[in-house]
Amino acid sequence: MFRFIARRLLETIPVLLIILTATFFMIRLVPGGPFTTERAVSPEVLKNLNAYYGLDRPLGEQYARYLWNLCPKTFAPWRLFEGDGLDLKAAFGIDLGYSTKYTNRTINEIVAAKLPVSLELGGWALLVALGVGLPLGVLAAARRNTWLDHTASSFAMLGICVPTFVMGPLLVLVFAITLRWLPSSGWYFPSDRVLPAVTLGLVYAAYIARLTRGGLLDVLSQDYIRTARAKGASELRVVFGHALRGGLLPVVSFLGPAIAGVISGSFVIETIFQIPGLGRQFVESAFNRDQPLVLGTVLLYAVLIIGLNLLVDIVQVWLNPRLKFE
Amino acid sequence: MFRRKLNNLEAGNSLGADAWRRLRANRAAVAGGVFVLGLAAACILLPPLLGLSYSEQNLALGATPPSVEHWLGTDIHGRDLFARILYGGRISLMVGAVASLVALVIGVSYGAISGYAGGRLDRAMMRVVDIIYALPFTIFVILMMVFLKDPMDRLDAWLRGFDWLSGLQGAGRILGLFAAIGAVEWLTMARIVRGQVLSIKKLDYIDAARVLGYGPMRIIFRHIVPNLLGPVIVFTTLTIPSVILLESFLSFLGLGVDAPLSSWGTLIKEGAEKMEDAPWLLIGPGSIFALTLLSLNFLGDGLRDALDVRSGKH
Repeated sequence: MFRFIARRLLETIPVLLIILTATFFMIRLVPGGPFTTERAVSPEVLKNLNAYYGLDRPLGEQYARYLWNLCPKTFAPWRLFEGDGLDLKAAFGIDLGYSTKYTNRTINEIVAAKLPVSLELGGWALLVALGVGLPLGVLAAARRNTWLDHTASSFAMLGICVPTFVMGPLLVLVFAITLRWLPSSGWYFPSDRVLPAVTLGLVYAAYIARLTRGGLLDVLSQDYIRTARAKGASELRVVFGHALRGGLLPVVSFLGPAIAGVISGSFVIETIFQIPGLGRQFVESAFNRDQPLVLGTVLLYAVLIIGLNLLVDIVQVWLNPRLKFE
Repeated sequence: MFRRKLNNLEAGNSLGADAWRRLRANRAAVAGGVFVLGLAAACILLPPLLGLSYSEQNLALGATPPSVEHWLGTDIHGRDLFARILYGGRISLMVGAVASLVALVIGVSYGAISGYAGGRLDRAMMRVVDIIYALPFTIFVILMMVFLKDPMDRLDAWLRGFDWLSGLQGAGRILGLFAAIGAVEWLTMARIVRGQVLSIKKLDYIDAARVLGYGPMRIIFRHIVPNLLGPVIVFTTLTIPSVILLESFLSFLGLGVDAPLSSWGTLIKEGAEKMEDAPWLLIGPGSIFALTLLSLNFLGDGLRDALDVRSGKH
């Protein structure tokens, strides 16, 4: 198990390096720098700006400097929470550079303020996805081909085909504007979390319900389940005691794509609900062509996704040791 | 001689006829197919036939709920929503079809070459796919759109210089969308095709072709790829809805098609902004959009069952 984890960790380093390099050069080779969009910048000012951000240096040198600033130089995870939000610089010595749009803030500060919001949103969404999807899938499998099963399956199909950017405004229309039960936007009170998390989570709840149902049905047709039934085990015990662990395997392998999906879903959700998170910031920085901020955010997402996928893989191998050798 | 042989081979097995029969028995798939074809025909044929315009404004009218005159209501500028949905459908469906085609061509060629070559080349090519897979498609497409924005805007400005090309206004942005979406959606196709090629290349008839002295490119594209049509058709049908979804996602974020053109994504975005006063502006495009996705998914699932292909999507 240790060798498996070590090997996978080593494999991620070249992947991250390639993503970083490709994104870096792709962004730098875009014709027109980050300052060309602003109105009427005189050549002298432009020259000073470029000099200030080191953009007048040779590309290779810029790349080397960026890479060096990214390298973790200290290891003090306990200092991560010292400031407001996540202090990457104090904890690991990682410096993501300056934003070219918000000139008075470093990218570290922006990330520190916005990443926790997005992480919280993602966490609630996954909770909704699992909390709704799993019971629904188990219920549908246990009561196969009854009205319960059909209702759950149509719900799942609906969740898959109504995208978040339609579902979100619809939920706001019903629960915030018409019924006035919940706030329509913002990120201040616990009640603000409900609609965004439900919107983002429902799609994945639908997929998880489908996968749970399929996985459980596969397992329920196996011999050892028939044996358990023959020995007089109750239906509850058959489903929860014997079938569920095996039936959950496809759900666990879906968690990787689900995490990636929750992250890209956050772009839309944070825009709809006016949430000050990293997703909205990423889209805005793509608009503003705030190159360092785009670069830093993409890297952060890459680390986050690769790390969480590794975690999912480990859980999967733990559930099903045969996978270790594939 | 070779061509005749291939034709005989196709005539000899009734896979196609079998699949067609099974597909017709699947009511959801048939309904989905009919809906999509009908919608595409309506988007192409209805606007010129009914003389509808997506840009004709009637500011005095403003936003009105659905009525006999305007079936789905009008937006705040008094433009007919039905006409706008049809025109938006042209863009959305076209992006869906063309970007899927781009993904199809890249994915099949890449996967087939990688699988047939095997060894080190195969490992290197699949490593590239793995690396691009490490990031969500949306992040990559957003990056590509940022990257392609300037060249495409310049293309648009250049096109505007010609009067007779005025019909192509905004083509630059759409080309950018084709390229950006096509550039990520081929990955899964490449994986599926590679897997199939790995099993096909061990068959005897490939050995026979090699003994006859045919080159690898001829074997790949004349002997192997035609045998992949089943999974490729199925997966393309399933790619189209995800491309349409991705395009609308981008347009919703403001990174997709620009005014005066509009896709379903931009319509939904406008509807979401105005839903307090005019909920029909959200409900109309939203439900057409959801119905289209549903139909395409039913059709794809039906095709998969009919052709009995085991293609795991994600």
